[in-house]
Amino acid sequence: MSKVDNESPTPPEVANSQVPERSTRSIEILVAVCFVISVLATVGLAVTYWLGGQPQVEGGLLFATLGGIGVGMVAWGKYLVPQGPYVQERDTIKSEILERQALLESLDRGSKAVGRRPFLGKLMGASIALFGLINLFPFLRSLGPVPKKALTTTPWRKGSAVVGPDGKQVTSSTLEVGGVMTVFPSNDVGGAISQTVLIRVGTANWTTRPGRETWGPLGYLAFSKVCTHAGCPVGLYEELTQQLLCPCHQSLFDVLTGATPVFGPAPRPLPQLPIYFDSNGNMHAQAGYDQPVGPGYWERP
Amino acid sequence: MITQTTDWFDERLGIAKFTRKSLNKIFPDHWSFMLGEIAMYSFVILLFTGVFLTFFFVPSSKLITYHGAYLPDRGHKVSEAFASTLNISFSVRAGLVMRQMHHWAANVFIAAIIVHVCRIFFTGAFRKPREINWFVGTGLLVLAIVNGFLGYSLPDDLISGTGLRIAYSIVLSVPVVGSYLGFFLFGGTFPGNAIIPRFYTLHILIIPGLIIGLLTAHLAIMWHQKHTQFKGKGKTNRNVVGVAMWPAYAFQAGGFFFVTAAVIAALGGLVQINPIWLYGQYVPYRVSYAVQPDWYMGWLDGALRLMPSWEIQAFGHMIPNVFFPAVLLPGITFTLLGAWPMIERKITKDYEEHHLLDNPRDVPWRTSLGVGILAFYVVLFFASSTDVLANSYSLSLNFVLWAFRVLLFVVPPLAAFVAYKVASETGAVSTTGRRKRILIISRSSEGEFSTTETALRAPMHEEVIEELPEEIRYHAIKDGHEELASAIAVGAPSGGSTISTNDVDLGPLQSGGTGVYQIPRTPRGGTGDPRGRISRRDKRE
Ligand code: HEM
Ligand code: FES
Repeated sequence: MSKVDNESPTPPEVANSQVPERSTRSIEILVAVCFVISVLATVGLAVTYWLGGQPQVEGGLLFATLGGIGVGMVAWGKYLVPQGPYVQERDTIKSEILERQALLESLDRGSKAVGRRPFLGKLMGASIALFGLINLFPFLRSLGPVPKKALTTTPWRKGSAVVGPDGKQVTSSTLEVGGVMTVFPSNDVGGAISQTVLIRVGTANWTTRPGRETWGPLGYLAFSKVCTHAGCPVGLYEELTQQLLCPCHQSLFDVLTGATPVFGPAPRPLPQLPIYFDSNGNMHAQAGYDQPVGPGYWERP
Repeated sequence: MITQTTDWFDERLGIAKFTRKSLNKIFPDHWSFMLGEIAMYSFVILLFTGVFLTFFFVPSSKLITYHGAYLPDRGHKVSEAFASTLNISFSVRAGLVMRQMHHWAANVFIAAIIVHVCRIFFTGAFRKPREINWFVGTGLLVLAIVNGFLGYSLPDDLISGTGLRIAYSIVLSVPVVGSYLGFFLFGGTFPGNAIIPRFYTLHILIIPGLIIGLLTAHLAIMWHQKHTQFKGKGKTNRNVVGVAMWPAYAFQAGGFFFVTAAVIAALGGLVQINPIWLYGQYVPYRVSYAVQPDWYMGWLDGALRLMPSWEIQAFGHMIPNVFFPAVLLPGITFTLLGAWPMIERKITKDYEEHHLLDNPRDVPWRTSLGVGILAFYVVLFFASSTDVLANSYSLSLNFVLWAFRVLLFVVPPLAAFVAYKVASETGAVSTTGRRKRILIISRSSEGEFSTTETALRAPMHEEVIEELPEEIRYHAIKDGHEELASAIAVGAPSGGSTISTNDVDLGPLQSGGTGVYQIPRTPRGGTGDPRGRISRRDKRE
């Protein structure tokens, strides 16, 4: 902003002390040095590249190469060419009133000629709209299947064998008390929605809630590992507090009461998977999850 | 030679008039006008480095056994996307620098856009006739954020994969159509095999294409409407005062592109970013501790964390928790942002054209509103590190969460209040923002000190904008067409042209066009009429 003093000029000696005379000679030298640095750095860059490259050296040399050109050009453009200030008047943006009227007339002329046949106009509109609509549908539809049951069910079924990430069958002795692991149904190892966290909280059957008396044999509890908030794997188990922590937004689930959320944004408990041990001590699912796992969606009842 | 070339083109395209006008175009000179330029230059760098990456990146989630240069991952199953990103980082010459420059440029790009938007907002540059460019700019901001997120997701590493999982849940949460949207966008359930190739097409073709289109419109409109300028001596609502496009502006702007590129190159070479080999391949059931997105996603992450655990369930339908912070909040944010010129017009009832910028302190209400809103997002941004804060300061997570929930509603009004006070009080002091005056301190014979300013100042607000004062002696620029020059120099008193040796005529504009004048500079040392002087140091404040 201009701060020209209208009332009294700054005393000359003050003005002089604040605006050092800049000699164009020294600027010319500066600009030349910048360009020379740039050339040298580019040569260095070529050599580095030829020798096989090294990220830090490349970054540094690129900095010098580009920076040399840049500072040289800016200095040249700022101190060695006329700066004005120049004044340019603005064009009026809007057109003359006659110009606008002429536009309206031209528009009108066309609309009248076309408007004479309203039926054809509607027919044309309808055919284009129909084309758009009908073609949009298969295009969208080919992008993916419709959801159907994919969101409500998981690959867990009655009797599914419970296996670890390596595909090994989980048995009654797989975990120590306080141990935790991720398990899957044997037909979907590594599956994103069937991932289940298995925790051993004790050695006796554990009932998390009324109606779940048989769900936790020998202190093993299995919960969906998909966070009910935004779907992250609920990966961290704190044995001391018997809580599961979701690292994404810090929701905490209380394991012993059925993974009810006690902190953070998660709105619902993690669904519990009912499990049992067969006569050989191998773990199976009594049934699939009794509700959709993971975060909510519109159709979720 | 030059004559031949220009003639050759002019005979075929008739461009002499337009090109001439463009070369003589005047650009106001203010540092804050460079913010948009930084954004544009970073985008150009994104294009260059991005094209380089496309030569080596394989957009596929097919699992292969890794045999590349990064020893710890040898023999592991990784996706082709992950393996090729490792390959770019460790085996392709200059690959890591390019990849890191690409990522840094993305961060600089979005940061520059946001600061640029703040500049436009606080100075009122969005007012009529520039509303269209404000809408276009809002679109650019959204596209830039989206493309940043898409790019971040491509390497298929553990952190970006977790981010994608959250994005999928957010899409699912949209009422009515959410699950269909999610399935069509991701090609089925998460994760599937479609995401990476699809996001690749979006990331390198569709969104950049849209950005280029909007950016072109943005610049063309700005070119056509001319820049705004801050108030100051000789500057009116009907003119532009500054440097000429050719050569001063062209050299400064061109050079500044290289400076931006140099800074991004230094970051890309020296400051590590997104070391995906430390995170590892994305595996849906694995998660790393302290998941953090790129900075421009921080506010959304923070909002997800601070949202209470509510969820609406009624009539057999559900509006999930994430809908509120991650769909509704950004929806409202960008709608309000885009609609701001209309909202402000509703408030001010101002239908005039504005080419002169507001000094933020002269419009305290807008300034304080802007500061308050910014503060809201800044709190959200910091809330995205609740876990890190709790750990580093050994606080309970519970405490940190509640502290942020309170801060979210306390800080913005407080910040707005302070901004209002600062703006209106400094606006009222005539000397704020002025160059410091030299005080002469004198001591009287009794030993008391007194100070005298070297010169008196006219009160701030009297200095605001006036028409070009008569005493400023313009000279219409001549290049041999004397009659033309005087015909154009309407209103500019003829004669009297004292220009310093360094300044050169720009030449007359074509008849009927707008005149370009030069304000004569008085020779240094102040022998000329000081009232007509705009010296460089004055202008640059
Ligand atoms: C709006 C502009 C753009 C933004 C904000 C952006 C941002 C990003 C980000 C943050 C990444 C992750 C890089 C990493 O750390 O691995 C990325 C990756 C990538 N981008 Fe872009 N980008 C943009 C434009 C482009 C363009 C125009 C192209 C190509 C024509 C491109 C090609 C790529 C490729 C191939 C990758 C994957 C390679 C890798 O991850 O190493 N980008 N982008
Ligand atoms: S995804 Fe688990 S808390 Fe957000």
